[in-house]
Amino acid sequence: MRALRAYLRSPAAILGSLVVLAVLGMALLAPVLYPNDPLGLAGRPLQWPGANPRFPLGTDPSGRDIAAQLFHGARISLLIGLVATGIATAVGIAIGALAGFYGGWADTVLMRATEAFQTLPNFLLLLVLVAVFGSTLTTVTVAVGVVSWPPVARLTRAEFLTLRTRDFVQAGRLQGLSDAHLILREVLPNALPPVIVYASVVMAVAILLESALAFLQLSDPNVPSWGNLIGLGRNVLRTEWYVSAIPGAAILLTILGVSLVGQGLNDALNPRLASGR
Amino acid sequence: MKGLSVEGLTVRLPPGADRAFAVEEVSLSVAPGEILCVVGESGSGKSVTASAVMGLLAPGLSVTGGRMSLSGEDLRVKTPEEWRSLRGRRIAMVFQEPMTALNPLMTVGRQIGETWRTHLGLDAREASRRALDALREVNLPDPEGALRAFPHELSGGQRQRVMIAMALALNPEVLVCDEPTTALDVTTQAQVIALIKELQRRHGTAVLFITHDFGVVAEIADRVAVMQHGRVVEQGTASEVLTAPRHAYTQALLAAVPGRSAPPPRELSSDIVLEVSGLTKTYASRRLFRRRKPVRALDNVSLALRRGSTLAVVGESGSGKSTLARCVVRLLGTDGGEVRVAGAPLPKGRRAAAGLVQMVFQDPYASLNPRRTAGAQVAQGPIATGTPRREAMAEARRLFGLVGLDPESVLRFPHEFSGGQRQRIGIARALAMQPSVLVADEPVSALDVSVQAQVLALLRELQGQLGLSILFITHDLRVAAQLCDEVVVMRNGVVEEQGPIREVFEAPRHPYTRSLIEAIPGRRLMGVR
Repeated sequence: MRALRAYLRSPAAILGSLVVLAVLGMALLAPVLYPNDPLGLAGRPLQWPGANPRFPLGTDPSGRDIAAQLFHGARISLLIGLVATGIATAVGIAIGALAGFYGGWADTVLMRATEAFQTLPNFLLLLVLVAVFGSTLTTVTVAVGVVSWPPVARLTRAEFLTLRTRDFVQAGRLQGLSDAHLILREVLPNALPPVIVYASVVMAVAILLESALAFLQLSDPNVPSWGNLIGLGRNVLRTEWYVSAIPGAAILLTILGVSLVGQGLNDALNPRLASGR
Repeated sequence: MKGLSVEGLTVRLPPGADRAFAVEEVSLSVAPGEILCVVGESGSGKSVTASAVMGLLAPGLSVTGGRMSLSGEDLRVKTPEEWRSLRGRRIAMVFQEPMTALNPLMTVGRQIGETWRTHLGLDAREASRRALDALREVNLPDPEGALRAFPHELSGGQRQRVMIAMALALNPEVLVCDEPTTALDVTTQAQVIALIKELQRRHGTAVLFITHDFGVVAEIADRVAVMQHGRVVEQGTASEVLTAPRHAYTQALLAAVPGRSAPPPRELSSDIVLEVSGLTKTYASRRLFRRRKPVRALDNVSLALRRGSTLAVVGESGSGKSTLARCVVRLLGTDGGEVRVAGAPLPKGRRAAAGLVQMVFQDPYASLNPRRTAGAQVAQGPIATGTPRREAMAEARRLFGLVGLDPESVLRFPHEFSGGQRQRIGIARALAMQPSVLVADEPVSALDVSVQAQVLALLRELQGQLGLSILFITHDLRVAAQLCDEVVVMRNGVVEEQGPIREVFEAPRHPYTRSLIEAIPGRRLMGVR
């Protein structure tokens, strides 16, 4: 409750929440406002925004409605962002928790594996995964999740390393609690706040990674994602720049919103480290 | 008038704090060559008073009334620039924790010399020459070596000497000491107090000495001001306040100060419930590139705790007493020796051991999980060993009543309790497992003296009711004397002396025990009670 009140006191957090809610609203309203296939042919290609009242944001080089793609794209971006973040945090927390709680050999093995992942540039690894497993929506989402977990694991491990020696955890050991109980009920709830904050960063990066893939036309071409739209506009960037600029602005705003939410969470969950005080 | 004078000082707390003012209408004065002790428990406003006269109030706090003057100069109108030139030169401070008050990346010599380079513009060579003199004056062993040493290479007492040397570098008119000996061992504390007194005499400094310990007051104070809830409730000369306190709060505080005389010996059972024999523990660093000398934390330690009695393990920091506690409950592995509880070796399994030994921890803030209710933390042990949930919670309520807490508060979170109450929760948590032996690792050293007395009284009462056997780890001989039947004195991992507490305290055989007893602050004044 205290954390919630602290969160609502921060203007940045409220602004961020509004942006994220707006994107969520777009995603929910997409089938209502644009019931037709957003990838279907809608009209003459490359109409400028405002030129035709039927297409308030214009049409892309294939004659598809940009506004429809924008609304439906919000679903894809949020879906990829949330699912990939879920995968990354779940894997990261599991590995970090085991490494941090047990230390010793478990820590050495798990952390060397994590570092092996980290030394490969994210995006290259993502390209390899997509090249090997194909670029459907599922593989892209899983691949983005798989390349994003190492920082989460390291963060979780660091929290566990300091928390596992706390007196209340030692008291739990003396009470005869099992390791699973100690990890899940004693240490993890105390380790979560920084991880939750970091998850917002993971989500922003996940959306960006998918867009970057789509820009290289390596993402799933059969879904109306924002990245795909930017990719489509690439060939007409100098003349009809709006095709790329409109989804670009949408991505920018979404990531800004997610980051502001993360900042707000940080200030609310770690009040002593709050910025701007 | 010379020295520091504070009249009607009022400091406002930020809105939402537990009271409106940190200090209210506080009037104090310290003349040159005088030591004024400000005594109070946590939250009494004594440290805020010290920060206010240093111009170092935490953000959110503001002086809203009263006057502060240094040799007649009004301190309330000083600008930040004026404060900077004032601090260090005319009014200096010694902090409680010498490790965090020193810069870990700078040699001691440079840190002391910085004062002269900043305030007087001396060159590096002259500054380091003066730093050497200053270190000689505070009686540091090997001052040349200390000059080049980094703070972590010095002991706590040596660091505090360095802090004092720095504070006195420019011969200030006023020295503010904020609990300067609280973090130190009792023998070191005695030395540092003697040093402060000696330097203060020699330089004629006015000293404002903040402390919570009446023993320290008895050692050092010329005059005493007692603070409670932000107000000065009593002020007078040291002998007046200590021997004939007028205010009820002062009387209560003095009564709570543990006396040195042990209670009359009890009939002790001959049944040994905890037997430690030849326990050895070595901390060695096995890293590839770091070869440190292995540290013998425990060296062939043997002791025996009789059923239904309390055995004190007394020692200074580094004596191995906490390592001993953790080895006994098997939070740490040992390198040799044996721990037998109720006649059998302590079982390896966590659950089996849980019903035999339990521990009460030192820090009431770290020993409870902030994210779970107090009752759940007491009940979780029995639940893990198979007690049904409902029964365990009912038992937790009963235990809360037993340790003097409201049984309905089982649903509250730790932050809703005070330090003393949290320590009671910790005791309830340990008792929930119905252990044969309770290991208490400095259970009262983080508490205020009046709360300390309450928790000790609770332990004694519980022992009478439940027949508890307690291994009581402490650095404070006065606390040990109040509660314990027998005592083990440890130094550097070795047991130096053991026996019934009265014998050991009244006729110590080992010179180390004697030096510990002689270092107890306020012996002359308080010991007679």
